Amino acid sequence: MTDTLDTRTLDEASPFTGGIVGQARLRKEDPALLTGESRFIDDLVLPGALWIACVRSPHAHARITSIDSSAALAADGVVAVYSGADLEGDWAGPLPCAWPVTDDMKNPAHLPVAVGKANYAGDIVAVVVASSRYAAADGVEGVVVDYEPLEAVVDIEDAASDRVVIHEDCGTNVSYDWALVPDPDAVDAAFADAVHHVTETYVHQRLIPAPMEPRGVAAVPSPHNGDMVLYSSTQIPHVLKVMAALTLGMPEQKLRVIAPSVGGGFGCKLNVYAEELICMALANRHGGAVRWTESRTEAATSTIQGRAQRQTIELAADADGKLTAVRATLLADMGAYLQLVAPGVPLLGAFLYHGLYDVPAYAFTCRSVFTNLTPTDAYRGAGRPEATYAIERAMDALAIAVGVGPDEIRSRNFIPTEKFPYDSPAGLIFDSGNYQPTLDRAKELVDWDGRRAEQAERRAAGSTTQLGLGISSYVEMCGLAPSRTLAALNYGAGGWESATVRILPTCKVQVVTGSTPHGQGHETSWSMIVADQLGVDPDDVEVLHSDTAISPLGMDTYGSRSLSVGGTALWMATEKVIDKARTIAAHMMEASAEDLEFSGGVFSVKGSPDKEVPLAGVAFGAFTAHDLPDGMEPNLEAQVTWDPGNFVFPFGTHIAVVEVDEETGAVELVDYAAVDDCGNQINPMIVEGQLHGGIVQGVAQALWEEAIYDEDGQLRAANLADYLVPSAAECIDMKLDHTVTPSTSNPMGVKGIGEAGTIASTPAVMNAVVDALRPHGITDIVMPASPMRVRRAIEMAGGGAS
Amino acid sequence: MEVSVTVNGTVRSADVEPRTLLAHFLRDDLGLTGTNIGCDTSSCGACTVLVDGRSAKSCTLLAVQADGSDVTTIEGLAGDDGLHPMQQAFHECHALQCGYCTPGMVMAAVSLVDEYEDLDAAGVREGLEGNLCRCTGYQNIVKAVLAASE
Repeated sequence: MTDTLDTRTLDEASPFTGGIVGQARLRKEDPALLTGESRFIDDLVLPGALWIACVRSPHAHARITSIDSSAALAADGVVAVYSGADLEGDWAGPLPCAWPVTDDMKNPAHLPVAVGKANYAGDIVAVVVASSRYAAADGVEGVVVDYEPLEAVVDIEDAASDRVVIHEDCGTNVSYDWALVPDPDAVDAAFADAVHHVTETYVHQRLIPAPMEPRGVAAVPSPHNGDMVLYSSTQIPHVLKVMAALTLGMPEQKLRVIAPSVGGGFGCKLNVYAEELICMALANRHGGAVRWTESRTEAATSTIQGRAQRQTIELAADADGKLTAVRATLLADMGAYLQLVAPGVPLLGAFLYHGLYDVPAYAFTCRSVFTNLTPTDAYRGAGRPEATYAIERAMDALAIAVGVGPDEIRSRNFIPTEKFPYDSPAGLIFDSGNYQPTLDRAKELVDWDGRRAEQAERRAAGSTTQLGLGISSYVEMCGLAPSRTLAALNYGAGGWESATVRILPTCKVQVVTGSTPHGQGHETSWSMIVADQLGVDPDDVEVLHSDTAISPLGMDTYGSRSLSVGGTALWMATEKVIDKARTIAAHMMEASAEDLEFSGGVFSVKGSPDKEVPLAGVAFGAFTAHDLPDGMEPNLEAQVTWDPGNFVFPFGTHIAVVEVDEETGAVELVDYAAVDDCGNQINPMIVEGQLHGGIVQGVAQALWEEAIYDEDGQLRAANLADYLVPSAAECIDMKLDHTVTPSTSNPMGVKGIGEAGTIASTPAVMNAVVDALRPHGITDIVMPASPMRVRRAIEMAGGGAS
Repeated sequence: MEVSVTVNGTVRSADVEPRTLLAHFLRDDLGLTGTNIGCDTSSCGACTVLVDGRSAKSCTLLAVQADGSDVTTIEGLAGDDGLHPMQQAFHECHALQCGYCTPGMVMAAVSLVDEYEDLDAAGVREGLEGNLCRCTGYQNIVKAVLAASE
């Protein structure tokens, strides 16, 4: 076995020649985070700040008949209590949903504090303002709310039946129906002619994103000046600024949003939340700072949740198992209200239900409904894990139907490398791909043939510890997103990103980015890009971000977009600075700009090696401006806003090996290989880190995590004791390798890697679990594959006593 | 109630409500905000500190229970000569991403290495079971702890 499939981290044609990009480099971010110097939202010291605590509905669906706050107001430290009706006049509009996916989408008004009715357990019905966090929590105990409980709608099929309509003014629980069926006749014909017709139905349970840092907010007003600083543990300070200003009717230029150190997001901090607007409104009312820090239980019930959909996927294939059509039908749970991008989440998968397979005919339809559960929205992968799960599980079913291995069925259907750029049946253009090597290498890493033999031996020996092997090959679309594509999907904003590169008089560099890291290491990677281009030390490059006063233009971080969109803007801005520096250097050397070379931070005249000027000389010259070319502005600075022309399409193959104890139902992950391709890698250490964490998050969906609700809509896993975020003890060392197939969608040839691990791993593990249990005739286990579910499946299949 | 705790080598006293958690005492009364709080069920370990040399979840203790104890927080780990070997190992192994669990994870790891000789990967995984990380998948954390234990 070779040590690595591809020792390169950069393609030979990459634009990076400085020797910095492509190398593992330790992170700039670490010393502050390792020593407690970093300031997270709850660490901010704001003298005199009032604290709020939220009174939340204990009922999933109930009329609010009365609110008595007299006991709370009598408590020490309580300053005020507000009901939804008290604050109704403070909002210029309801909480925003920026993605009306259809013209007739139902979008019930979602006020920060509910008025008249609570629609999920956790909906805010009143707010206590107090002098300390303890006093605010005490105050909540003193607010007496009378409810008239209503029947809760917790099942999505029940919701779709409209047996109980949650939002009377909508008249239905169906928010929207959306379809992508480019050629219906072709799909019908393919299924009519199919030799193999596989129909599979899968359920994606609700997941709680659970970043380790709960959310938090602090609104700091200047009442006489009319402006406000909003601190929030958010992934999207820029989007939040616009949305918060609109929702409060506040002039946008008066609002500054700062995301301090943010302790993870995974999509759940990609939103505009009630507590942000409540703190702002109450800061205005009280003329001083108002803050809130989320408890873990609130994080479970009142921060968005992810996934939550039922899928039917049908495959049509010829006698050889070559796919001729894919048809996917979804029923998705929006929860009680539409959060910021919730309606679009299932549709981010709409284009990918054929996976990385060459399929001529394609159909996708989605119905999304309201329930009396916590609102859903983007969670790591957002739509793409769901799509990948459906096609990768179904491909295993097709392999069984055709009578070939799961590896062979994939190889027969991979989009051939020579077809790139590939016109997908869903209307996308896949930039680049070379899929087969990732499958071959992943098989090698887990010793596929050896494990298959071991599996057969165990079965023959009647072992009760079965081995299972599961493959998941994936492609995903990320780098959100071309603004025109977003327009076609009716999204309320663009998908560009902005960057500024500023060379200071001493040749140190300031970079301003619109991307907003919360663990991804942008400060390190961005400094490497700029340093590689400029020939300076990455430690001499400071990356500024996450404050709308410092970085006024940005579309923030989600959808694996930061590098391919924000990084590209940065690369372009750096090229622009070099172009200006080249003109100044030419002027200084009395040479023609076209005759200059720039390498290692030095401009030199081609053919005259003694004539050179370092970038530092140009930077100081640009600063003093004593002798610049006529008409040239002083200083070395450039800003670029880049709108990508296409998505990027990372891909790979993951293989999971599990042991299933048939007697206890316990599933143990025993080996895991991931071979991924994200094009050119800026910092391979960070790429691997993203994959490690992403893979575990996807494994957790398969094996451990579920936001379990009872029939009354009560969350039964509302803390980290009951909601099983994995610890080190459940996880194993993963074997990673990579290939490098540069993207053609951006000049750096990069693709996203933040979500790939999560997208790939869930179906790999579930395919392995089902593979282990196949002798029992088991074809599916609902996630998570807990010991109870596995045992029950075995018993239902007639294997073993109950 | 008056409590007096030696924190990072300095005696610190304050008048606190009896119900004040040690985590809040460290953060709000002493300004040592490196100790993070990630849950309310003592599940996540983000608030782990050393109490008399052994790891403890500071959200599980009342400040008054720590009266007279010797507490080390993440702020007390690095010295004038730079990062503590465990912090350095986390840095070199890329064992942190968002960094929120990191102070607690590092403190738990320091205690673990101090308590057990000849730790292997399985021992590290078992020993850190009470500290959750959502970013790293633990692979590099295990690597870092093993590196620092040598």
